[in-house]
Amino acid sequence: MTGITAYGAYIPRTRLQKSAIADANDWFDASLRGLARGERSVCNWDEDTITMAVEAGQDCLSVLDAGSVNTLYLASTTLPFLDRQNSVVVTQALNLGDDLRTMDVAASQRAGTSALIAMLESGPSPGNALLVASEHRRSKCGSRAEMLWGDGAAAVSVGNEDVIADYLGSETYVTDFVDHYRGEDSTIDYEWEERWIRDEGYLKSVPLVVSRLLDKTGVKPSDIAHFVLACDQARTPGAVARKIGISADAVIDNHIGDLGVAGVAHPILLLTEALEKAKTGDLILLTGFGQGSDAVLLRATDALAGKRPVTGFSGALARRREDANYNRFLSFNNLVDREVGKRGELDKQSYLAAMYRRKDLLTGFIGGKCRSCGTVQIPREKYCVNPECGALDSQDDHPMSAVKGRVMTWTADRLTFDWNPPAYFGLVEFEGGGRLMMDFTEVEPDTMDTGVEVSVHFRIRQFDNQRGFRKYFWKATPAQQ
Amino acid sequence: MASGIKDKAVILGMGCSKFGERWDASPADLMSEAFEESLADAGIDKNQIEMAWFGAGIDAYNVGSSAMPLSIALRLPNIPVTKVENMCATGTEAFRGAVYAVASGACDIALALGVEKLKDVGYGGLPQRTRGVENDMYWPNLSAPGAFAQLASGYRARHGVDKGDLKRAMAHVSVKSHANGARNPKAHLQREITEEQAMNAPYIAEPIGLFDCCGVSDGAACAIVCTPEIARALGKADLVSVKALQLAASNGEEASFSQWDGSYLKTTRIAAQRAYDEAGIRKPREEVSMTEVHDCFSITELVTMEDLQLSDEGQAVRDVLNGDFDADGRIPCQIDGGLKCFGHPIGASGLRMIYENYLQFHGRAGDRQLKGPRLALNHNLGGFPHQNICSISIIGRYQ
Repeated sequence: MTGITAYGAYIPRTRLQKSAIADANDWFDASLRGLARGERSVCNWDEDTITMAVEAGQDCLSVLDAGSVNTLYLASTTLPFLDRQNSVVVTQALNLGDDLRTMDVAASQRAGTSALIAMLESGPSPGNALLVASEHRRSKCGSRAEMLWGDGAAAVSVGNEDVIADYLGSETYVTDFVDHYRGEDSTIDYEWEERWIRDEGYLKSVPLVVSRLLDKTGVKPSDIAHFVLACDQARTPGAVARKIGISADAVIDNHIGDLGVAGVAHPILLLTEALEKAKTGDLILLTGFGQGSDAVLLRATDALAGKRPVTGFSGALARRREDANYNRFLSFNNLVDREVGKRGELDKQSYLAAMYRRKDLLTGFIGGKCRSCGTVQIPREKYCVNPECGALDSQDDHPMSAVKGRVMTWTADRLTFDWNPPAYFGLVEFEGGGRLMMDFTEVEPDTMDTGVEVSVHFRIRQFDNQRGFRKYFWKATPAQQ
Repeated sequence: MASGIKDKAVILGMGCSKFGERWDASPADLMSEAFEESLADAGIDKNQIEMAWFGAGIDAYNVGSSAMPLSIALRLPNIPVTKVENMCATGTEAFRGAVYAVASGACDIALALGVEKLKDVGYGGLPQRTRGVENDMYWPNLSAPGAFAQLASGYRARHGVDKGDLKRAMAHVSVKSHANGARNPKAHLQREITEEQAMNAPYIAEPIGLFDCCGVSDGAACAIVCTPEIARALGKADLVSVKALQLAASNGEEASFSQWDGSYLKTTRIAAQRAYDEAGIRKPREEVSMTEVHDCFSITELVTMEDLQLSDEGQAVRDVLNGDFDADGRIPCQIDGGLKCFGHPIGASGLRMIYENYLQFHGRAGDRQLKGPRLALNHNLGGFPHQNICSISIIGRYQ
């Protein structure tokens, strides 16, 4: 039977304290103070929809054979590239090979649930299809959205073997309901009135699509154990559940106060939480809202408990670092015109031909392992670096993105340009050999030292704002955090 | 077996511009300032120079990437001029070219001149540059202090040195150099500092603080060289000769092979041994009278004392704090103030160091004159601790 076969989650570590948003903005809009409870996830300056998708994908692949993945869909309304398939970048960073179907799905908050339905309905085929939903939401300074939204990503795989949640059916209701929109020339949503969205939107389209699905599948609303409705209106999911007849206990909380609503990623993120909570036989109702509604009905199997990813939703939520610096959040999201200094002015042209030539290193973090002497090195070069060997063209591909390393030398550089100074970097020695002078990210003050264990993460290396490009590479992060 | 360069070339004359924030001077102005001094010192006419080597380390900044800036600035009579660039070893590379030319007999008299005009580009510190198409895609944006600060972490880990002790020794390195620089009218920074100032200055790249960094300056230095025979024929006595010229370039092992631990400069160790061999030095601590080392940052100088075999491994902190390398110590280091007080106009530094040797050997070092120096060692390190070029020159009295 077709169904969900694995899941994974990623939430950026940084949690902006909402009181900081209110402190900076309630002089203008006193109502923000009422929303200023808890915190929200925010991307670091070097995170975006692609990097979070890679992280969520990796988490999912901690319990799924990467070799079985034959499809990767990336769902988001905040894709970094409008024309360059973002899902291919994710695929290559995950080292999923070059013979799978890829697609970006966008343009609605329903993108994730709709992509999932497409995968579930694609019929039996060997292997697994991976959906990654990821969102890095941008909103205006001092807006309600800034208070209520968050950043995050989640991944689920669909297949016919080792299913952890059986697919029982789905329904979609479409209507051109414009609660908000973002035109091609904007990076920020324009929203209509909250009460209208609730009454004419959520409370009408979701019950409609759910009732059609329940009728079709012969399931009673009261049998639903977990109900997912992503929504930045705190009380609306409960109201929708009540209207349908779903138990209040079944409603998966939207985590507005400790995560924020992460757009297209949010329903999939909440689904991963539901999967963490579900017991064998539990019915999970996933809905998606945007120009109508999607509804997907799943039933947990007895394989579910054995398929917990390394991090998962609860792990990702718990992995946090408080930040009360609202100004830093504005800077990371280009909401202020920050003075970056002369070193920040350096032209950052991206040389696409060279980038393509080096894509194995840059995107896949693939080094080389010498066939003659076994020495690992990254980057892979023509001659083996072992002075006792020096063989020519002897290095086989050696993926290193999952290999832990240890810091040999390091510093915290306040002279060089960095969006979040000081810039930490240093020489990392990898388990099994290979070393690289590389950027670090997410380093807490006074925690770095020689010998610290690190893992590597796919991150933005540099923005080329002059040409609208961004470069990615891998950075080291203390493994314990 | 090659016989090496020892005593095959002598210095006929040298010049060095005032180093500093030379807002008033173009690269050509700096070149002529050093050149005129060297010509007067050598007592020759410009037209007697047959070949020239021109060192500029960051060619894109103000001098341009060819030999022409030198040839045009000095109006040289269409002689062969070669541009050399090898990071911080650039000045020494220019000198090496000129010395090899006269030693080979390709010409009688050759000029080596290095210049850099860092202060026209608006940066505090070295300019932010591209590292090339491929490197820019994955190298950290490491600044020079960010690169060298890592030596401190590697050194601490290797030798179990306390953070505070290392920082104090680093401070002593800078305090000593400032004290020396205060007695040098050509230095950029001519004031003394205290250990407390150095210890408490804000971090630039942990644990390197402001006073652990060398200055950023404009400057030029040059040497006119020939064979001992020609110098004598020109009426020169008390000759100063080249004893060794060595260079070692990283081949990627430190950066990519799991052997080097980040606590020392591998190339310095290699170049130093080669230089000692070339100069016939068996006991460096007894034979070397003075050193000018690449104190781009205080930690570099400290570690270099071990790499040059002037301190035992792991003992540089003790020796530095003991004053072994102070002006009155066993082997004075940076008696002219070093990069610390001269700054580091990349192309000029190697020649500026040799200039100080030359003054010392001729007893012309003023307030900072050492007693009877016999051999001087100069050291430059270009690049980063994990990937670099080391040049070493040894200069001494011609016997």
